[in-house]
Amino acid sequence: MESQKQVLERLRAAFRSGVTLPVHFRLTQLEAMMSLFEDNENQILEALHEDLAKPKFETVLSEIEIVVNDICYAISNLQTWMQPTYVGTNLATKLDDCFVRSEPLGVVLIIGAWNYPLHLILLPLIGAIAAGNCAILKPSEISRATEKLLAELIPKYLSQECYAVVCGGAEETKTLLENRFDHIFYTGSQSVARCILLAAAVHLTPVTLELGGKCPCLIYGRLDMKAAAKRLVWAKFFNTGQSCVAPDYVLCTTETRDALLPFIKEALESFYGSDPQQSPDLGRIVTDRHWDRLVELLKKSEGKIVIGGESDKKTKYIAPTVIVDVIESDALMQEEIFGPILPILTIKSLDEAINFVNEREKPLALYAFSDESQVVTTVLERTSSGGFCSNDGIVHMSLPGLPFGGVGASGMGNYHGRWGFETFSHKRGCMMRSWLLECVNVLRYPPYNESNLSWLRWATTAKKKGWAACSVM
Amino acid sequence: MSREQKAVDRARKAFLTGRSKSLDYRITQLKNLLRFVRERQNEIAEGLKKDLGRSECGTPLYETLGLESEINLAVKYLKEWAAPRPVSKSMMTISDQVYIQPEPLGVVLVIGAWNYPWAVTIGPLIGAIAAGNAAVIKPSEVSSHTSKVMEDLLPLYLDKELYPVVTGGVTETQELLKQRFDHIFYTGNGTVAKIIMEAAAKHLTPTTLELGGKSPCYIDTNCDLAIACRRIAWGKYLNCGQTCIAPDYILCNPSMQDRVIEEIKKNIKDFYSDDPKKCLDYGRIINQRHFKRLMALLEGSTIAVGGENDESECYIGPTILRDVKPDAKVMQEEIFGPLLPILTVSSADEAIKFINQREKPLALYIFSSDNKLIKHMIAETSSGGVVANDCLMHFSVSSLPFGGVGNSGMGHYHGKYGFDNMSHLRSCLIKKLKMEGMNKMRYPPHTEDKLGWARFFILKHVDFGSLGRMVLLALMAVFVAVILQRYFTD
Repeated sequence: MESQKQVLERLRAAFRSGVTLPVHFRLTQLEAMMSLFEDNENQILEALHEDLAKPKFETVLSEIEIVVNDICYAISNLQTWMQPTYVGTNLATKLDDCFVRSEPLGVVLIIGAWNYPLHLILLPLIGAIAAGNCAILKPSEISRATEKLLAELIPKYLSQECYAVVCGGAEETKTLLENRFDHIFYTGSQSVARCILLAAAVHLTPVTLELGGKCPCLIYGRLDMKAAAKRLVWAKFFNTGQSCVAPDYVLCTTETRDALLPFIKEALESFYGSDPQQSPDLGRIVTDRHWDRLVELLKKSEGKIVIGGESDKKTKYIAPTVIVDVIESDALMQEEIFGPILPILTIKSLDEAINFVNEREKPLALYAFSDESQVVTTVLERTSSGGFCSNDGIVHMSLPGLPFGGVGASGMGNYHGRWGFETFSHKRGCMMRSWLLECVNVLRYPPYNESNLSWLRWATTAKKKGWAACSVM
Repeated sequence: MSREQKAVDRARKAFLTGRSKSLDYRITQLKNLLRFVRERQNEIAEGLKKDLGRSECGTPLYETLGLESEINLAVKYLKEWAAPRPVSKSMMTISDQVYIQPEPLGVVLVIGAWNYPWAVTIGPLIGAIAAGNAAVIKPSEVSSHTSKVMEDLLPLYLDKELYPVVTGGVTETQELLKQRFDHIFYTGNGTVAKIIMEAAAKHLTPTTLELGGKSPCYIDTNCDLAIACRRIAWGKYLNCGQTCIAPDYILCNPSMQDRVIEEIKKNIKDFYSDDPKKCLDYGRIINQRHFKRLMALLEGSTIAVGGENDESECYIGPTILRDVKPDAKVMQEEIFGPLLPILTVSSADEAIKFINQREKPLALYIFSSDNKLIKHMIAETSSGGVVANDCLMHFSVSSLPFGGVGNSGMGHYHGKYGFDNMSHLRSCLIKKLKMEGMNKMRYPPHTEDKLGWARFFILKHVDFGSLGRMVLLALMAVFVAVILQRYFTD
């Protein structure tokens, strides 16, 4: 079996050969990725079911369709993305060509996560392939069935010269990170992200970090409680709450809470029936460790469980749970929940809710539910987060036109659609100067004098009068 | 609390008041910055003369004209840059608002360098202010006179709390790096850059690193050699070669070497007279340490032109080295001085190979009259930026992203890129609680039917551009038909 170093050398040689550069190659690889999904839907469904008891609907939507959609988007737009962008020149540089080329970086590393094990490793790969790079994929070892599937299918469909899957745990990842990459794309936790940044610093490698945090959900003012409850419940318990953009906790007034709770209960019943454990549409917690963590949180919490609370270690089941009377210092408020537990904290005013959010780390997503557009605008303007969605949850990440990424502790960089292409590209500023107009260049050569300088100053001042910005030098 | 901690704390408190968010406030600060640059030319020039032996005209030419241009651009376009940027929708979001909202990051740290202390310290600051951030400015202590001018005078023009100047050396910088920033913008060398990235890792702070490297300059046999050498001589000896994008070394055919040397020698004389040491337009090496470093680089190479030096004045004359070997001392590090080695290669492809065996440089220069060759070289190499048939000029084009790749850096700035670099582009989806019916297909209990609908509706991205055009065409056709019917069929 090949060592990590051998894999990397092989990919680097492939990149140097220039095989990934032509648009035809990139399109072929992207089409192959499509075939991977088309041919193996059943295996994918099985693997996700084994890893997370993911219902078919969720797998199709959040692991297959979302990736296939992005592949289609990339295929349709790749030629455009690859075109150099010509930029403005002014009178003095009319004879010159200034343009920006998007160029591949080289060999990139994509480290996946376990909660959307296919999506979070293959969606970044689309950007890497589209941009002309070679890539090493390091799937999460926690979602074992998917890891195995990826290791089997990727070499079968994609060029083995250019793309490789490296499996393993923390030790193998650490060793992998000692190598030099031209970009590292990581989805996961803040603590591991720090290690990745430190490893990247050694080689001055640029990094994209898709992290998490506690995504607040503010519910305020006049609103259609039934619709809000349904959307909130859908977004929260999708993938059993194990989504980096799941609404982590709710902030609302006591009145709103009391009005909302019956609708939340109603929504939960309509989704999962009276005994969610029997519903095929509710997933399970990924590992015993995480199950223990969540059950422990529930135990430590000083809130009151008003819905759910049941759990079963054998099947890693935790019922959709809603807890009220949760305060700031509660155990549930100290870390990202990443499970089917929804704490509701009460506030007296919108200001209080906004201040609460702003006292904490910037989240990956922030949600505001209200029929009053002023409320939504106020929340949007006075907070910061990776992304923002009003009156729904999660869905903003399905739009390829929107950059998906965090800010502050929730991450750096972004992807999806063209943003993925840009993430894995170097934007090279190019200028092709004409041999002519050397008489204009004379103004810049020594010996310097005031007269030349004032001509240049005049030419630069001309920019204010609406000419494209380009110094006359 | 240390002085550095206090400055950062104050900047954060000032940022949290929200005053830097207002576009009017940002424009006012930018206009104040412009006023500063214009009103204080003398002080700026004096500082530069003491630091780098920069001549009177050198100051506006290479430092402040560019800044004025960038500030004017930012003031003019700020409203547009800061406005929400709509993006394409999907079928499900057709009635929603979908856009990207640029937002300030918070408190950024700008660490400047000494070679163009104004251009590379205030340049990034323009982007930081335009994007609505607070910024701690840490000028290089090596250009100490300029650093003092910044410390004394900037607070007279800019918001003292939002944009503090923190001077100092290694210790003070280390203390600053312990604090938490929302972005760190560093211009300098790779060694310090690694330390900065490590410090940034602690707080998960994104960084922009404008570094350097050896920027190759290839001269093809097919080119206007006289003009080429003039432009190269200008690019190389400007600021005594202490430019991150200076042509570091030349690659050319052996048959051309003598002529290249002659032409460059001629231009050195035209620019700096027979005695550059006496010429006011020729600068000095920044300090003794760099002087000694440069003199040591000469070891083992043949001097074709120049080589004169005077340690007491940190003067090294414009120098050309001939027949330099790849393993020569002068080829082992970025020169950053007025030494121009010429290495001979038999072809453009050999030059490409040579370049690709080395770290990706910040700039690549190609001199050729053959556009095809130029495009071929661009396609076969990688570098921060490229200029064909000139040197340095891409730095002055605000619509080109200026930055490195690989060892020469990460991230970029200038113009709108500077604004975006210091912003968070926040994705926004504004939905209403109406049309709940549409959502039924995504809710459990899941059925095959719902799945079918969901597959079709939920994620499909439609090009509304072409659909819109079709609708418009259809409407026009109807309109024309109506008109025809009304006025022509009677």
